[in-house]
Formats: sequence, structure tokens, C-alpha cells
Amino acid sequence: MSQPILQVSALRMTFGGVQALAGVDLEVGEGEIVALIGPNGAGKTTLFNCLTGMYTPTGGDIILNAPGKKPCHLNGLKPNKIVERGLARTFQNIRLFGRMTVLENVMIGRHCRAKSFILGAIFRPPATRREERDITMKSFALLRKVGLADFAGEFADSLSYGAQRRLEIARALATEPALLLLDEPAAGMNPRETVELTRLIQQISADGQAVLLIEHDMKLVMSLSQRIYVMDYGKRIACGPPAAIRANPAVIKAYLGEEDDAAA
Amino acid sequence: MPILAEIRFALRAALWFVFLTFPIMVIKADPIGQTVIWRWRNAVWVGACSFFVCLALRLWKNYRAKHPALGPSNDGGSFIHRILDHSGQRRAFLGILLAAAILFPFFASSYQTNIMITALIYVVLGLGLNIVVGMAGLLDLGFVAFYAIGAYTYALLHLHFGLGFWQSLPLGACLAALGGICLGFPVLRLRGDYLAIVTLGFGEIIRLALENWGEFSQGPSGIANIPRPGFFGMTLSLDQSILFLYFIMIVFVIATIFVVNRLRDSRIGRAWIALREDEIACQAMGIDKQKTKLAAFALGAFWAGGMGVVFAAKTTFINPASFTFLESVIILSIVVLGGMGSIVGVVCGALILVLLPEYLRALSEYRMLAFGAILVLMMIFRPQGLIPTIKSRYPLENLTDDRP
Amino acid sequence: MEYFLELICGGLTRGAIYALIALGYTMVYGIIGLINFAHGEIYMIGAFTAFIIATALTIYGFPLAAVVIVAGLAAAVWAAAYGYTVERIAYRPLRGAPRLSPLISAIGMSFFLQNYVLLAQTADFVPFPALIPDFDFLEPYSHIIGASDLVILATTAVVMVTLTCVIRYTTIGKAMRATAQDSAMALLLGINVNRVISITFIIGSALAAIGGLLVASHIGQINFYIGFLAGIKAFAAAVLGGIGSIPGAVLGGMLLGLTESFGTGYISSDYEDVFAFSLLVLILIFKPAGLLGKATVEKV
Repeated sequence: MSQPILQVSALRMTFGGVQALAGVDLEVGEGEIVALIGPNGAGKTTLFNCLTGMYTPTGGDIILNAPGKKPCHLNGLKPNKIVERGLARTFQNIRLFGRMTVLENVMIGRHCRAKSFILGAIFRPPATRREERDITMKSFALLRKVGLADFAGEFADSLSYGAQRRLEIARALATEPALLLLDEPAAGMNPRETVELTRLIQQISADGQAVLLIEHDMKLVMSLSQRIYVMDYGKRIACGPPAAIRANPAVIKAYLGEEDDAAA
Repeated sequence: MPILAEIRFALRAALWFVFLTFPIMVIKADPIGQTVIWRWRNAVWVGACSFFVCLALRLWKNYRAKHPALGPSNDGGSFIHRILDHSGQRRAFLGILLAAAILFPFFASSYQTNIMITALIYVVLGLGLNIVVGMAGLLDLGFVAFYAIGAYTYALLHLHFGLGFWQSLPLGACLAALGGICLGFPVLRLRGDYLAIVTLGFGEIIRLALENWGEFSQGPSGIANIPRPGFFGMTLSLDQSILFLYFIMIVFVIATIFVVNRLRDSRIGRAWIALREDEIACQAMGIDKQKTKLAAFALGAFWAGGMGVVFAAKTTFINPASFTFLESVIILSIVVLGGMGSIVGVVCGALILVLLPEYLRALSEYRMLAFGAILVLMMIFRPQGLIPTIKSRYPLENLTDDRP
Repeated sequence: MEYFLELICGGLTRGAIYALIALGYTMVYGIIGLINFAHGEIYMIGAFTAFIIATALTIYGFPLAAVVIVAGLAAAVWAAAYGYTVERIAYRPLRGAPRLSPLISAIGMSFFLQNYVLLAQTADFVPFPALIPDFDFLEPYSHIIGASDLVILATTAVVMVTLTCVIRYTTIGKAMRATAQDSAMALLLGINVNRVISITFIIGSALAAIGGLLVASHIGQINFYIGFLAGIKAFAAAVLGGIGSIPGAVLGGMLLGLTESFGTGYISSDYEDVFAFSLLVLILIFKPAGLLGKATVEKV
């Protein structure tokens, strides 16, 4: 494995007595695609929320070691500071800016990489003009990358479901993350859209950005990820390459056990 | 027959409204004169009006349900936007508008010019609140507090230090902006509706303080003899100074539209709109929520403060009664009527709401009733406002060639 | 010492009224998450209806007992009707709209109702007939507690107990609690959510009208504008106690009443309204969940 850019150790999160995360360890290497799977309620999204600063973890450590930057602790930082450090996410239930155009949605992602403020906006000195042009250009390039260039001027809430998911990815990519967190990117997609998504994620990884994804679509997970973490009851129960995970008895038990409950 | 069903429904609704309004509309009891007046005619009016309004609404709704292709009607708005889009037409349109604005006071009486100044003040106030409510989605019900800060800054600075209009103007605006930041720090982490109530409370506290802290503000009796702006040291007659103030306001309106327009199409403007759309996603995309909200609050307050100074100069007398919650609601109605976030809309909204009751005297009695009704009806039937905001466009044509 | 007792009694009486109005806010907020800004106006309309009916009946020479009963009933019935209508017209079409839309609509409604009463009746203060007779047994303590104080406290206590029983033990009470927890789920389980919401508005409005009637006969005069301040203060009480919580509304109302009473009694009566507003602002900033409310975290 290459140099880890994300190192999570013994991460804990409790909500008034309920332990959602009971000491999770996790590592993601540079340019790696890592999947996080587990039954519903295993704590996957909670982990994402801790990583991105939506929640402040109760204990443990998160270290981000973005290429070309100094390693830094992420726990306790505000979400926007974490994005600046190089970690971006998408949401399980899509959270786009519905009444903004598709292009503007991506431009929001560029926000943290630009500087102009009130005075710049009013007087528009050359530096601001350059910055605006740069924002527009890079955002449009990203739209082309995810195949939404034709919809640049539409409102985001008029897009189809699959397109909205891709727009979320483009918006997150616009923040130039070293590591991209995808929360169930394939949920609700049809098979064709899923194939397109697989290709997109592979391309992101090929461009040198690491991806950590939560996903229930096992075919996607097995074909895409280099390593898989399995969580259950807020703990990591297995970790390894897809083939090893498929054969792991603890994983089978977690999944079959859940089906047992459902049948009962 | 569906129409019969609709008529039956409208009849039932009419009966309900007659019952509902019965004690308040029909009976007028006078405890001093010991008389009771029964105003049955009112009941007939209520019944007839509610019957026809209800019937019309139902029929319209059915019609819309049968013709979904029509979609939300957008005529008035798109007409103006079509003109503004076309650069040649826009220049001509704005030119005519400017010429009309400049010529207006030479054909109107100074009374009418005075009313127009008021309308222009509300245009700027509306544009200021539009930053906070329309763009950033922060419902500020205490906007009038910043207006008051501006007005009292000028009045007090003149009273104690003899400062003139032009020195007070930037001070008033900046003090109001500072007030916005001071209020903003603690309250901006509150959720939307709580924020609304806290700002309302803040506005009322400011007014009550002005009313009761007599040593500071001269209490309810207010401050009089505030000078109108001078023209390079010349003393102007009353008519001349009204004319001068009118042109000052024209310049302010143009400057405000220019600035607000540029803010909208900028990094910070986009962040405001994103904040309105989804706060959590906004933070997750790297926007500093606190800083962005504070900027919106401070900028909105800035315009309100400046207009407060102009208001004090225009009326030459201010007291706390000018800065009640009512004012905040009027400004909010302007923004809601015109279209939240829409600059053209807010300008039109302010002109309609201030000028219409002035020129239709018969309506002025029902002015306040109308403000309330506008807020409700707009939210239900046309939440985007009369002239909704348009999508911003970016010059993509010349970008398509640079492949990454 | 007597002054202190007087302030306590005054504070509790005020607090009881705030609590009665606050209940309407808290129930509505609990169920549809809306600050029903027009609630203060419902209270005002209740008071005005009572004033109109009571004055008319007195002029026509009805006995006091009949006047009290009819005026009280009329106030409750019409306020409930207004509450129901306001919900139907201004809030129901906005379910599912952006969060601020119903609030703006509510502000508009509040404004509309104020000016409706102003135009249909009068802009001036009108003297409210004394509906509560003096009790002889209170005579020795009359400087501490008046007859109307006693009636207000007793009425409030009865209303609270009844309301608690209704919400705890009746079917509609259970439906209300279910809707408050999860209205989508309640709908799936066959609860008519629209009906539950209407009933909530009706109960809340009737309570506000009772409050309006009691205050009006206590103070002795009303005008079209009394709803604004009373509404804001009752809302402050609801938030102080923890919005959505019924015992919280009572606790918050009492605390606010006592704060105002002591504030005006010992500090200055000029700033009477500032206390309520300051309390509201401070609570919202430092403990937005209130004393008895639960903090909610938005799900991501």
C-alpha cells in the first residue's frame, strides 16, 4: 500500500449513551479506492459525518496527510476547514442547491479555493476577474468530466436522479480534495447509470485522488475497490481485498445474521 | 355538473365567512353611548365577496389542473427580463428610465417629489433587505433597527457635535453595519425561524431603548431640527433642498443597484444563495457559514443605516415611533412582492407598495390590510414574486475551447 | 414583605395568562414546526368578541351571569373558528414549502387580522366590562390578591389539568402526540393528519381566547394591538419552557410573569417589555431547546 493519506485511529462517537462508533481504525492510501460496507445502522454514515466535521468525535484521532501539505488533525475542525484541508464528500440523500444552476453548484465547490470578498465583488479588480474566469473554467471542465456539460444552465433540481448524483460528485471534486468521500453514490441508479458511475470513480482514482465510498451495491464494491472495510455495530469487523472479504466468516455472519433477524 | 359542485362549495365557504366575521363586522357595541349598532350590510358584503372570490379561485384551479401545459405564468417578469437581456434594448430602456427620473421633479410639485423620495428610500431599503432575506435566506424581522441606528446617528451627531449630512452618512451606514455584525455574532447559528424571532426581539429592544432612555435619545418626543443636506455650503430654499435630496436619492438608488448586482454575480453572492438553499451542504462544500452570514447581515444593515441618515435629513424630525415592527413588515412585503433575490422585482415592489396607496387615496385606508394580505397571498400563489429572479449566466462560449 | 407577596401574585397572574397563550404556540410548533405568528391576533380577536358580545348583552339588560357565560363561550367559539380558518387559508397550502414560507405567511396573517379589527371596529382603546365580581372573602387581602387574580389562576389550573388529561388519555390526544413525533408515519397508520392539525389549532385558539377574556377583564381595556405584544411574550414563554413541551409552556409562562413582575417592581417599569424581549433573545441564543425541551440535531 502506498503512503496513507487518511489515518483514522480508535475513533469513537457516542450520542447520549448510544455508542455509534466504538473505536474504528481506517486507512486510505494515495489514489486508492476503498469501500466501507456493513449492515444498516453499522455506523458508516456516522463515520463520514465525523470525518467531515458534521459531528465532533467523542474520542480518537483523524489525520489527513494530503500530498504536498503538512499532515493535520481533523477532529474538532469545522466542516469548511476540513474541506480546505482536502477532504470532500457527497450526501446519501442528495443535497444540491436546487434553485441554482448546475454550473453554479460546481462553482460553489470552488469557493474555498478562491479569495475575493465584498470589495473585490464590487470593484472587480483584475485579480477578481481572473479568479472568476478561473472558477468558471474549472467548473465547466468538471461538468464535462462527469458528463453534464450540456445541462450547465439548468436548475439543479430539474436534473434526473442519476445526474444529480454525478453533479454532487462534480461539486465535491471542485474543492480539489485529496480524498473524496462518497456516501452511497449508486443508490437509486439504474444499471446503465451504475456502469457510468463506476467508470467515473475509476477515472477520479486514476487522476490521483483517493476515494472512500459507502455502498450497498456489492457488484460495484467488489469490482471497484482495492480494499474493503466492513463495519457492524460501530466496529470494524474485517478489512482486506475483495476476495478475502467475500470469504471472511465474520462478514458472512454479519450479513446473514441480519437476514436472520429480518426473517424472524 | 362540476360547476354546480363548485357553486355549492363557494356557498358553504361564504356562509362560513359570514359566520366567522359576524361579531366583529356586524355588531358595533358602544359601551359609553350605551348603543348597539347592527351593520347587516357588512354581512352581505362579506358573503357576496367571499362567494365570488372562492368560486373564481376554484374555477381557476380546475382550469389550471386541466391545462397543465401552461405551467406557472411568467409573463410580467419575463417581459422585463427580455428587455434587460438584449443589450441594445437595455441601454434604451435604462436611458429612458433615467431621463424620466431626472425630468420628474421639474414637472411634479415638491409634494410629489417628496413622496418619490420616500419611495426611493424604500427601494434602497428593499434592496438592502433583499441581500439578507432574498439572497442569503435569513429572515430578518428587525431590519428597522438598523434604519433607526442610521437616523439616530445623524440626529445625535448633529445635536452634540454639529456634524453635517455628508459626514454623518458614512458614519451612520458603518455604525449600522457594525450593529449588524454585533447582532450577527450570537444569533447567526440559530435556525431560520428562531433567527426571525430574535431579530424581531432585537428590533423591539432598540426601539424601546430609544423610547425610554431619555438622556440619550430624548425619548418619545424625538429630535427635531435636523438639517437637510447642504449644497457646498449654500443655503437652499425648502423646494431646492427637496430637489437636491431627490437627486441624491437617484444617485443612491443607481449606486445600490450597481453594487447589489455585482455582489449577486460574485463568489460571495453565490455563497449567499447556496446558504439559502442548503446550509449543511454549504458548509460541506467549504463555505464559512459564519463569515458569509455576517457579510450578508452587515451589508444589509449598511444600506439601512445610510437610508436612516437620509430619512432623518428628509423629515428633519425623528422619534422612535418611526421605527416600529410595522416598518420591518413593510420592507419585507416589498421584498416578497417583488420577488426574493430579484433586484428588478424589489425595485418594482417598492415603487408599487409606496406609490399606489399615495395616489389611490381610497386605498390608503386599506394599506396595512393589504400589506398583510400580500404576504399571505404571495406565499401561496406566487412565492417567487412578481418579477422572479433569473438564472445567472456565465460566459461559457469563449471557454469551451480550452480543454483541461 | 407584603409588597413582595403582591409582586408574586401579580407575577403568577401574568404568568398564568402567558401560559394559556403559550400553549397554543407550543402545540402548533410541536405538530407542524411553525411559529404561528398570528396566534397573538387570535387572542386579541377572542378578547374583542367577548367585549362585543358582553357589551351588547349588558346594554340589552341581561344579568351578569348570563353575560359572562355567553361572552366566554362566544370568545372561545369564534377564536377557535378564526384559528381553524387561518390554518386552512394561510398554512395548509404551504405544507412542504420552504421553511420560511409559512412563517412569512403567518406574519402577513397577523398583520391582516390586526388591521381587519382596526377597520371593522375601532383604533381606540375600548373599556372592557367588569365580568368578574369582587369576592367578599378576599376583602382583607385585597391589596395583595384581587378577585380577578384568583379567577385567572383557578381557570388556568383547571384548563391545564383538562388539557393534560385530553392529551394523555383520549384518542385525539394520542393522535396529536403521534403526529407530533412523525406526521408521515401517523398518516400511514390511518391518522387523519389534517384533522389533527385543525383540532390543534382549534384547541390552541380557544385557550388563547380564554386568556384574552381573562386579561381584558383584569386590565379593563383592549385595542386591536394587544395581540402583538402578548403574542411575542407568550412565544418567549413557550421558548423559555422548551417549545413543543406543554409543561414547559406553563413553567415558561410563570417564570416570565415573575421576571416581569419583579423587574418592574424592583428595577423600573419603563422597561417592562424589554425584560421579555431580552429573556427571549438570551434563551434563544444560549439554550434554544429551552428548560424542558429536547435539543434536536438535524440529520445529515
